[in-house]
This record gives sequence, structure tokens and C-alpha cells, in this order.
Amino acid sequence: MDNYSKHEHDVLIIGAGGAGLRAAIEASAAGASVGLVSKSLLGKAHTVMAEGGMAAALSNVDERDSWKVHFADTMRGGQYLNNWRMAEIHAQEAPERVRELEAWGAVFDRTKEGKILQRNFGGHAYPRLAHVGDRTGLEMLRTLQDHGVHQGLDDYQECTITRLFKDGDRVTGAFGYDRESGHFRIFQAGAVIIATGGIGRAFKVTSNSWEGTGDGHSLGYEAGAELIDMEFIQFHPTGMVWPPSVRGLLVTEGVRGEGGALKNSEGQRFMYDDIPPLYENQTADTPEEGWRYVTGDREARRPAELLTRDHVARSIVREVKEGRGSPHGGVFLDIAWIKEKIPNAEEHIKRKLPAMYHQFMELAGIDITKEPMEVGPTTHYVMGGIRVDPESQMSTVQGLFAAGEAGAGLHGANRLGGNSLSDLLVFGKRAGEYAASFANEKGISDIDPEEIHRAEQEALDPLKRQNQSTSLNPYQLQFELQDLLQEKVGIIRKEDTLEEATKEIEGLAEKAKSVAVTGNRKFNPGWHTALDLKHLLTVAKACACSALTREESRGAHSRIDFPDKETGYWAKHTIGLRKGKDGDMEVVKTPIPEIPEKLQKIIGEQG
Amino acid sequence: MTTATFNIWRGDAAGGEFTEYTTELSEGMVVLDAMHQVQAEQAQDLAIRWNCKAGKCGSCSAEVNGMPKLMCMTRMSDLPTDEPITIQPLKAFPLIKDLVTDVSWNYKVKKKIAPFKPRQPDFEDGSWEMHQSDVDRVQEFRKCIECYLCQDVCHVLRDHHMHEEFIGPRFLVYSAALEMHPLDTEDRREDLRETQGVGLCNITKCCTKVCPEGITITDNAIIPLKERVVDDAYDPLTKLVQLVTKKKG
Repeated sequence: MDNYSKHEHDVLIIGAGGAGLRAAIEASAAGASVGLVSKSLLGKAHTVMAEGGMAAALSNVDERDSWKVHFADTMRGGQYLNNWRMAEIHAQEAPERVRELEAWGAVFDRTKEGKILQRNFGGHAYPRLAHVGDRTGLEMLRTLQDHGVHQGLDDYQECTITRLFKDGDRVTGAFGYDRESGHFRIFQAGAVIIATGGIGRAFKVTSNSWEGTGDGHSLGYEAGAELIDMEFIQFHPTGMVWPPSVRGLLVTEGVRGEGGALKNSEGQRFMYDDIPPLYENQTADTPEEGWRYVTGDREARRPAELLTRDHVARSIVREVKEGRGSPHGGVFLDIAWIKEKIPNAEEHIKRKLPAMYHQFMELAGIDITKEPMEVGPTTHYVMGGIRVDPESQMSTVQGLFAAGEAGAGLHGANRLGGNSLSDLLVFGKRAGEYAASFANEKGISDIDPEEIHRAEQEALDPLKRQNQSTSLNPYQLQFELQDLLQEKVGIIRKEDTLEEATKEIEGLAEKAKSVAVTGNRKFNPGWHTALDLKHLLTVAKACACSALTREESRGAHSRIDFPDKETGYWAKHTIGLRKGKDGDMEVVKTPIPEIPEKLQKIIGEQG
Repeated sequence: MTTATFNIWRGDAAGGEFTEYTTELSEGMVVLDAMHQVQAEQAQDLAIRWNCKAGKCGSCSAEVNGMPKLMCMTRMSDLPTDEPITIQPLKAFPLIKDLVTDVSWNYKVKKKIAPFKPRQPDFEDGSWEMHQSDVDRVQEFRKCIECYLCQDVCHVLRDHHMHEEFIGPRFLVYSAALEMHPLDTEDRREDLRETQGVGLCNITKCCTKVCPEGITITDNAIIPLKERVVDDAYDPLTKLVQLVTKKKG
């Protein structure tokens, strides 16, 4: 048996992005000993990529805003599949979480009165996103990191968790390896929080970093937790499309929030051609009215470019498909046009969107203050994840919590931009608080040595196969899976291709058993890729299964064979996935809890 | 199909050598893409650190033809491909393997810097009044993505290995961000002078030149810090004279 280090913590947190760090701060504050594990170096998590801002009804820019409006916006955006209680908690607690960030040193852009400035974003009735130019995620993550490291937590950087341990129905710890050395670590913990982010790497075109391999989704699933809403994958409408090497890289919604226009090859603002009934009352009739909204006219309604992401992404696909796309298969996003409206437009763009200016200049040689960008949809975010209790964030497994993108329920069928950063803070805090109290109450239990042995063998398998003639390259298998999901589980879906996808994923899972890597355990990305494959395959299967099950189109899930939104069964059910006794993936359909009358009333009032 | 040839450093602390790899180029490719292609096709275990591939996380720092760069922001079309392109790890930190170095020293240094300590909130809800002009001053420093390219080129660290005496440009920028934060009340001047070596920087501005975020490290962060420290500790005029004469000597 190999040597390993053993660590004991009241609370073990897997993932050190916004949710993980916020959870770590809270659990530490509650007196728990905290272990914070991250696949990357601390401060490099995908949260740094968030650009636009965090949604919170601070009402600094428009006093008509309140948690109630934020709640109603979130529910509408999620097509009412959201967990209403999570949406309520989120809207109520977000402002406090933002102010607290400022108390820890974050510096946000300001209003003329010296308060935190808020910007417009898709699906939000009023300017609501606290932001710093277009690098809000970095500001948030760095603030949490710099505050967090002084709270007494132990961080394990560049350490990947491959398996959770359980005793009966309760989680007891985790197994992982140091990327740097390949050294194994056993974590014994009273409670475990999964804060591992998303699954974007299952797709070919994605805005996600290498880390988004669905580890937490898969670890939770393997440990018996239920996954829900896995058919809802957010394809962000505006990713870069050219040059090929940056395809998928995010172009912030903030561009549209600042007045950016989506145009087809005929120069038309095509978003104005098809406004969904749910948003008719809130959307401008003309680009002119939309511009007035952007510049703060309180009587004007939102520009059509700021409709929800699912709808904008589908509209772009339609334009391209009908032959009105840009030269490289996207559409045009034009912010330079605002020079017709304001003096110093060039300066204004550079000040409000500095990262975008930089990104297009450096990577595509395009000056966005002068020319339009070419954009198209990119896999950005998964609404689905581990089913959690709305108050405590505990999953269906005792002692296992989830927060951030790895948890599910808040966003329903489609997430509003800006609700992710506030989600990380609100539910990261709650997960930290409740995990600490769970650990305090239940203590730490032992891990079965047999389980440890199994986890070790599983981790070493790909290295042991390196001399076998049947061995396969882990990178190639990952590429095959990405191509498959992109093609068959993408923005537009249908029964026969989803069925094919399910079968092909199983085929790849079979092939994954022969994956072999060369070299040794020392910082070996081939080995890391081979071990991540298992997680990618699990989430891929979960997405395909759920997408096949939901026979309607709603939010981010579009079926050609069921193009309409259903008002009966599917309007009232979530799709869950559990690992069955025989090891197969079981589909569970659960009725959505009835929205209480007082909240129903709020939704009605915001019509 | 055009190709490019790379001499990539392969090895660890015990030793290593440059190994030649040739790979195909496609339009718009950056150095990191080429490294990934080599990894997927020829060298599975080639160690590279990266995350966002968008110049936002600061993970993929390396020396490209001897210049400290983010590999994700270095376009192949900007490099001459008629001779092999050299790719090697940062030199200011201990090597782990191939292009990956041990940057843990930076985390230890940062932890020693006195954290943010705000003044009492201005309003009952715990918030403060700050104006855009107040915050603009520190935004430049807060853009830092901690890629450590500035640490890599700073000769106090790179050539003189004064890691015990000097915190390096990155953490002078960090200190400047804290010192100039509109709400901060902490005084870091003594630490900067006594244990963090602000005086060791002799303003060669190498750090500023390599910063991928375009932060004017020396002029906007380090020099103002030097001035603050000097104002605090010494009679300004005498100290200035001393500084000038010492440097000339």
C-alpha cells in the first residue's frame, strides 16, 4: 500500500472559488477547523472570469428595486422551476453579502452619491449588479482570498479529490492527490462541502477553464446524492467565435448592459423581431426606447438585447441557421455604435469594459471602440447540480453540503446574469454555517481502510496500464466526449440524437476503462486528465438522460420535437438522477413545492 | 500546413534539458494552445499550469524566447517561426517540473502583510461613502492577476535571491493597494521599511515592462510607497540627500 498523509477537519471544503472561500470564512468564524482543497492555486478559480457583477437589490440606483422584485425576476428567468425558498433567501440576503464584501476590502464602482453603483443586466427589472468595470469576479475572489487566509483555515492547493468516503448514510471524508507530487491525502471530516463549480469542459465550445469537469457533481452522485435540473445548461449567447483558438471565450453581458447592439449580417437588430410573451411588458418596442433605458430613463423598458440568455442564444442560432450570420458563424455585437449617442464614447467603452477591450485587441486584433465583435453561444453554466435543502444547503446525504454552481435549485430552467456571484456568497455562507454546526454536533467518524485501499487503486489504474497494447490516450477520449456533447446535447436537442448520445457516452465510459498515461505521478497532466474523465462521463450522462426525459422546451432546454413550453406536468416537476442499487443511473421526477400565496402575490405584482 | 518548432524545458529540480517538439499551427493560435497540442499528441505528461486561457487568472506564466509572458496571451503570429521557440519555466522560483514552478513563497509573503482594516462604517447599514475618484486611485493595483511575472524579472529576486529580505514588486503593489485604499486605517510603513525591503528596489522598472495588466508598478506603486516610508521615518530632506549620495556611491 502506498503512503499517504492523513488530515482531520471539522469541515472539509472542496473547491476554493467564491462559494468555497465564503463557506470557509463562515465555518472558521463558527469555530470549526477548516480544510480548503483546491485543484488550482488559491486565487485562480473560475470565479475570476466573472465579469458583469453580482446581483443584489441594494436600490442604490433605482429606489423602486427591492428583494421582492429581485425574487420575481429570478423566478421568471428560471421559468418557475426554481426552488422558491432559495430564490427568496437569495434575494433577501444578497445585499448584506455585498456590503460585507466591501467591509473586507472590495472596491466597487460608485454612484454620484458615493454608494455602490449598479448596472443593468438581462432579466433584471432595475440596475442591480454591483460591479468593478468588467472584472468583478477577480475583485470578489481576491477579497475573499485575502480575508480568508487570515481566518485560520488550512489550504491544500493543487490537490484533486477523487472520491468521498461514507459510513452508512453519512459522509466521513475524502480521498485526493497532490497534483504537484502525486502524493495521496486522506481527509477525515465531520462535514464536507462541495463547491467545485461547473461542468463546461464536457462541451467543446465553453467559457470554462480546465477545472470545470463536474467533479463535485460526480463525487456527490457517487456518494448517493441526488442531482437535479441537469438538462438545464446555460449557453451564454456571447462567446468569441474567432479566431478558432479563442472560440467560446466569454464576452460579458455587460457589453449589452452598456448599450451593445446585436446585429445580423443585414445590419438588423434582430432581437427586436421575437420577444417572448413572458417579457412583452418589460421589453422596449424599439432600439430607441432601449437606449433610453440604458441611459437611465425610468419610463423606458429594457432593450431586447437584455432578454434572458436562453432566448438570446436561441435567437443567435436562428440567425446563423437562416443565413444571416457573421463571416465566422456568429452574429455581430456592436458597442462602437454608441458614439452616435454620446461624446467620448471611446473613452467610455474603455472605462466600462476594459477587459473586453483588452481581450479583443490582444486575441483577435479588433478594436471594439471602432468595430463590431463577432459572437456566438458558448457553454457557460449548469443550472443543475446537487439537490440541497434551501436553508442549510445539505444534500440528500447526511453531512454532505453543496454551494455555488455545484448546488442546484436557485436558478431553475435558466439563470439570470449576475445571480451567480450573489449565489456563491449567499449560499456559500449558509453552507459554511450549517456544515460547521453539523460537524460540531456529530463529530468525526472513522474511515474504512478497505475504502481507502480501493480509492488508491482506482487512482493508480491509468498509470498501471501504460504498457498495455489496448491503452488509449486520455486527451483524445476527452475530445471525443466534448465533440459528442456539443453535437448531440447542445442548444437544440431532439429524441433520436439524445438517445444516440446516451449510448455513445456509455461506449466512451467503457473505453475510459482502458485509458493509460505515460510518465509518473509527479505533476502529470495526462494522469490528471484520465482521472477527471470519470467525472466528465458521469455529468455527460446525467445531462443527456435529463434532456431526453424532459419532453418540452423550457428555459435553456430546447427540443425540436417538443418545441413548446408545457403548462401541465413539466411545468410542475423537476428531474432528478440517483445512483441506483445496481449502479445504474435512475431518473426520479419530483413535484415542485407549491409557491406560498404571499410569494405568488409578489410574482403577480411584478408582472 | 505551417508548423512551429519549440524547445521546451523538460525536467525537474534534479536536472533536465530542452526537448524539441514540432506541432501544427492554426489561425489565431497562442503559445498555450501549441503547448496543449504538444501535450495531447506527443508529451502527455508535459507539466503546464493554466486555468482561464483568457489572461485573467495569471497561471500560465513562462519564459517565451527568454521573455516572461502569459502563454495564453502570446500569439504565435507575433513570434518568429523560422527558428525554434524556446519555452522555459520562471527563473525566480524553484522548479517543480517542466514549466511549473513552486510559487508558494508568494503566498507566505502575502500572508505576512497586515490585512485590510477599515474605518468605522459611515452608515447604519454598515456601508461607506466613497466616490469614484477615491476608488479610481486603487483600481489599477487591484487589477493584478498575480501571475508573478514581475517577481520573475525583478533582479533583487531573480539574480540576488533576496527572498527573505524583499517582498518583490507584486507585494509592493498589493501594499500600495491597501495603503491607498480609501477606507483602510492600518499603517504598514514600518514593516515595509524594516522587513519587506521597499528600499531594495532601485527603480529599474523591469517589473512594469512585463506586467500583462499594464500596471505602472514602479511609478504608481513603489515610488509613492518609498516616499511614504521616507516621510514617516526620517527628516525628508536629510534622507533624500542620503539616498541620492548612497546611490551614486
